[in-house]
Amino acid sequence: MDKKFLYYLIKRVLLAVVTIFLVVTITFWTMQAIPGGPFLSEKSPSAETMAALEAKYGLDKPLGEQYLTYVKGVFTLDFGPSLKFRGQQVMDLILEGFAVSAKIGLMAAAMALILGMVFGSLAAVFHDRLVDRIIMVVSTACVAMPSFLIATLLLLIFAVNLGWFPTNGNQAGGLVLPTVALALYPMSYTIRLTRSSMLDVLGQDYIRTAKAKGVKPSMVLFKHALKNAVTPVITYAGPMIAFILTGSLVVEEIFAVHGLGSFFVSSIINRDYPMVMGVTIFLAVIVIIMMLISDVLYKLVDPRVDLS
Amino acid sequence: MKKTKNINEMPKKNPLSFQLNLQKFEKASQESKAQKIVERESVTFFKDGMRRLWKNKIAVTCAFILLFIIAAIIFVPLFYPYSYDQQLGLSMGKTDYSYANLGPFEYGETEQERMENGEFVFPHIFGTDKDGRDYFIRVLYGTRVSLGVGLFASIIVLIIGTLYGSISGYFGGKVDLIMMRLVDIIYSLPDMLMIILFSVVLKQIINPAPGTILYKLGAGMISIFVVFALLYWVSMARLIRGQILTIKQQEFVLTAKALGASPARIIRKHLLPNCISVMVISTALQIPNAIFTESFLSYLGLGVSMPMPSLGSLAAQAREGIYSYPYQLIFPALAICLIVLSLNLLGDGLRDAFDPKQK
Repeated sequence: MDKKFLYYLIKRVLLAVVTIFLVVTITFWTMQAIPGGPFLSEKSPSAETMAALEAKYGLDKPLGEQYLTYVKGVFTLDFGPSLKFRGQQVMDLILEGFAVSAKIGLMAAAMALILGMVFGSLAAVFHDRLVDRIIMVVSTACVAMPSFLIATLLLLIFAVNLGWFPTNGNQAGGLVLPTVALALYPMSYTIRLTRSSMLDVLGQDYIRTAKAKGVKPSMVLFKHALKNAVTPVITYAGPMIAFILTGSLVVEEIFAVHGLGSFFVSSIINRDYPMVMGVTIFLAVIVIIMMLISDVLYKLVDPRVDLS
Repeated sequence: MKKTKNINEMPKKNPLSFQLNLQKFEKASQESKAQKIVERESVTFFKDGMRRLWKNKIAVTCAFILLFIIAAIIFVPLFYPYSYDQQLGLSMGKTDYSYANLGPFEYGETEQERMENGEFVFPHIFGTDKDGRDYFIRVLYGTRVSLGVGLFASIIVLIIGTLYGSISGYFGGKVDLIMMRLVDIIYSLPDMLMIILFSVVLKQIINPAPGTILYKLGAGMISIFVVFALLYWVSMARLIRGQILTIKQQEFVLTAKALGASPARIIRKHLLPNCISVMVISTALQIPNAIFTESFLSYLGLGVSMPMPSLGSLAAQAREGIYSYPYQLIFPALAICLIVLSLNLLGDGLRDAFDPKQK
């Protein structure tokens, strides 16, 4: 590892830390802007109960002190107690939901990356032929649909009309549709990315040299071309994870999967602010870390990239 | 001194001067002069791009589809007999449930009576929704809201991004460094999560005055604009900065500087006109992005407020009756797909036509 790379790494990690800090700060102060305390509901508690509650949750202290406590809590993975699920810690609820969401998310990410690269390469190899046309039409159509629409349409077609899969995501085989719904958009994007970079690579001199030397076509494709063609996909991995995580907020709701997304949506509706803050920060941290990893990996894999 | 000089009447050459000896030159013949005549009118960059865009059948088709949609959302509500918030079954405080959830080209009970009497009743082309509102006009209004939000949000992004990017790119050095660090940080914020957060909060604190257009759209819509203004301009700023960095190296900028033009004038008159193609293309590609965001938020219940429809909120409401009335989902879904697809393809076409590297 040379000095320049180390410098880049340090800079990038610092940026990530600053961003996480900023997310926590923004989240805390914007939530403070909401009028009315968190305990206000249809039947307002008496003044004494209110004071007792505020003292219990530390809400009677000055805002600056509350903020510092919250920041400290975040860095020790403690988001405080939930307001609607009485007696439960936000962090426990998040981890519980995330176990389910991570399963769907990882499956969707794997599906998007693998199928995306395979179809993208296929389209490039059969450039301007029927296979290419079909792949491009389908992927262009998929990029034009938000994930909640894909999810509802899949539900309508495969669960309601054809009855191949259960409509409820918690039953056996129920995770297939949510996974596909989440994967279609990033898959289409990966296809387009792989196709264009593959076309670029296939036109280069060293591929012609390899062919001229009599290397088998499959060997040229997999060993020589693919390696260089998939590097741009690495940069997309970070944003893709972000997309899948936010997409899962609604997709889980649609398929009634008890993951982090449905927690988040219900906590927005129930005005469970510590929960909203906790989930936002938790997801943001994951996204920021994934971006960091994909950026660093890209520079590591492709030495031609300028480290400025 | 005479203006034209005879070749043979050259002044005597100073042995140290670099003065050219005109006798060494030959007069151009008519033939070689004819070769220099430009037979075709010179084309500007814009005209050249439009010509290439015109050859791109897909992009042209998409442009016409978009024009058609825009014409429809502007003119059809003017003469359409139903309005988007009119509950057809509601008369004199009583609700006639035969109007709720009609299929396409079906009629409510009183309407059927009127038709038997020979009266003409305008058909419900897409049927009605669960409150007995004509669905066609709702989808039309939803398209209007979604497209309007997309366009307006993109313009906000364009203005802020252009200002920020051109200042950063033109001044360079420390200014650029600090400004771009800020961009880096905002760029790495997870935008969707921040939007949801801001929407949750702004919905609570913003109360637009009743009667205004903003009141009709609701606090959710305002928060979308605020969020776009706060977060989405960074990629535009990066793009513009990159363009400015290369353009400002050119001689005409140096000339303008030497003639004493102020930085604001140089940016406005010399640099930005050269970035127009980049600005147009990325705005065209920004609109579908904004439409996605708006429909996503409306789907979560954070977007436009009732009874004003948007394509996202229509899709969300249709989900409740998805088993019985799937067409209520299909229509807004098709509208979103058509708009986003057309804009994407048109944006791609514009990029192919106007990108100097693609020639």
